[in-house]
Amino acid sequence: MKALPAHTRADTGALSSPGATPLSPIIRLASLCKTYRNAEVEVHAVRDVSLDIYAGDFVAIMGSSGSGKSTLMNILGCLDTPTTGTYELASTNVSTLSRKKLATLRNQKLGFVFQSFNLLSRTSALENVELPMFYSHPLISLETQRSRAREVLNKVGLAGRENHWPNQLSGGQQQRVAIARALVNHPQLLLADEPTGNLDSRTSIEIMGLFQALNASGITIVMVTHELEIAAYCKRVIMMRDGRVLSDTMNVERRSAEDEIAALDDAEGNTMKSV
Amino acid sequence: MRFLIESIILRPALTSLIALRALRRHKLRSLLTSLGIIIGVSSVIAMVAVGNGARAQIQGRVASLGQNLLTVSAGNRRTGGINSGLGSASVLTVQDADAIIREVPDVVAISPEVSTTAQVIGNGNNWSTSIVGESADYLQIRDWPLSSGVMFTERDVRIAAKVAIIGTKTAEQLFGPLDPIGETVRVKNIPFIIIGVLSNKGAGMGGMDQDDRLIIPYTTAMKRLTGEKYLRSINVQVVNQERMEFAQQQITALLRQRHRLEPNQSDDFSILNQKEIADTVTSISSTITLFLAAVSSMSLVVGGIGIMNIMLVSVTERTREIGIRIAIGAQSRDILFQFLIEATTLSVLGGLLGVLIGVAAGHLVSHIAGVEAIVSSTSIALAFGISFAIGVFFGFYPARKAANLNPIDALRYE
Repeated sequence: MKALPAHTRADTGALSSPGATPLSPIIRLASLCKTYRNAEVEVHAVRDVSLDIYAGDFVAIMGSSGSGKSTLMNILGCLDTPTTGTYELASTNVSTLSRKKLATLRNQKLGFVFQSFNLLSRTSALENVELPMFYSHPLISLETQRSRAREVLNKVGLAGRENHWPNQLSGGQQQRVAIARALVNHPQLLLADEPTGNLDSRTSIEIMGLFQALNASGITIVMVTHELEIAAYCKRVIMMRDGRVLSDTMNVERRSAEDEIAALDDAEGNTMKSV
Repeated sequence: MRFLIESIILRPALTSLIALRALRRHKLRSLLTSLGIIIGVSSVIAMVAVGNGARAQIQGRVASLGQNLLTVSAGNRRTGGINSGLGSASVLTVQDADAIIREVPDVVAISPEVSTTAQVIGNGNNWSTSIVGESADYLQIRDWPLSSGVMFTERDVRIAAKVAIIGTKTAEQLFGPLDPIGETVRVKNIPFIIIGVLSNKGAGMGGMDQDDRLIIPYTTAMKRLTGEKYLRSINVQVVNQERMEFAQQQITALLRQRHRLEPNQSDDFSILNQKEIADTVTSISSTITLFLAAVSSMSLVVGGIGIMNIMLVSVTERTREIGIRIAIGAQSRDILFQFLIEATTLSVLGGLLGVLIGVAAGHLVSHIAGVEAIVSSTSIALAFGISFAIGVFFGFYPARKAANLNPIDALRYE
């Protein structure tokens, strides 16, 4: 169970974006390694990972702690650079880019969603969502920033909450603000690190529903999780262990968050009636 | 062009907006951080204002002596052993005064001076005041206009006329609100007609009230009141400031010759040079002002260290925030400038409040101490500039620390 044969990967890509001809993948990892050196001890966090992810895909990266999934995520997020091997993001080799160019790339092509939401405290939802646009080149006018932030907040279902501070919002709502922030610069790739880790099960399903809807509208998502149930909402599941890809499979019985929410609402409605 | 405007104006403006929002989130802390600068700047402003005010007051008193004035006094405070004091020695004569104006070309006017204290009676009231005998040129020498009436003339001096100029305070004591011109006052039973009223002059160099006096021709004073033959002093006006030192030397030589002093004998008179006094007083008060400013600048430095301290705490506390900003695409430069602007805003706002409080404190002190506070625009500009520099200087290290954070560690920071 090593890395998958090349044709399987190509198939996955083709399957994940039905109707589109996959010319080149959004993400292409080739023999990627990351080695940390801690006081004479070498830690091989990621060993020889090769991977293609195509536009429109929805990938879950799974693995226990120490499997290298977080390191891989950091490299995918251009927060870290590989020791050897190459990482191409939208046909650009990012392994050799400067810190400055990486920042621009993160700003323009990537959106981040974190487990602990990572919103600025004492700052309204609107201003939190505007944040990435502050750092955009060329400059975006304040009015455009405001209208775009409103639009995205509306899209994630937070219309009317624009002026709430994070501590006035529920966990699910905070995560929606974070997702809006990740989307506001129209990234090519959404990276989510355990996005449901701090949420209760129903809210988790709601957030996965949002991800599924966004994915259906064409946004590529790569998500790290250690919960099988959550991975079940994705199209493709990559298992990692000891820095290597253990398996890379299509999700045959994919769960639909929308249906499950509807079912939950029905069940709740029935209980209400019987009372 | 567009790029230039964007990178020079718009981008910094946006970064400032981010910094201001960050400060707005911690209003109380921002205020407390600025407090050091507020206190520093306000004390510098207040100290310099009061110092300048005091200097201006002293300079005003020196200037009120008159224009380019040398005062030749009888006696010499520098004589060892027994010192009978200025003006008391019987050495200066009217002939000495005449010789000075006749033989020293730089001297344009003189006024021999005698004085005594006596009871003045007028309008049924009586008042003890100083009676000063002067020449007709006295008011011009002292640059001291009349508020009403006329000065006595050279003829009045020649004939020892019984006319008097009255100070405002004396006039008020004797005549109250009435116009004293044309009235008669009696001194030692001699009647004087008041022909002029002095304008207000305030306290003189020695602190005595110059508005409480009666000025009469020196001839009248000598012949009719005191019976003395010697002068207390001679007021000498020199043509201009540059010639004052030379004129002083010439007068010294002339009087030594007239008094037949041997080279080994010291002067039996002394000459007070108004310019020298002014220079000395100015240099002393400038030194004091500088000293006060230096002491209060120490608190500015302490304030700067306070800002650095809080900014360092702030960087540590906001490590996650910095991590988020870097993750979503902020450049190191953006973070550096954000924190630099935060620190500078704190110090400049502190400077602004400090100026306001300093001006108010200056006026309060001046109200209590009775010295006018002069707030110079230079000291405001300087305090402002220094507080800006402090913000940049003490904000740079924390800002660089923030800008160099590793985003992965920063995002994981608890």
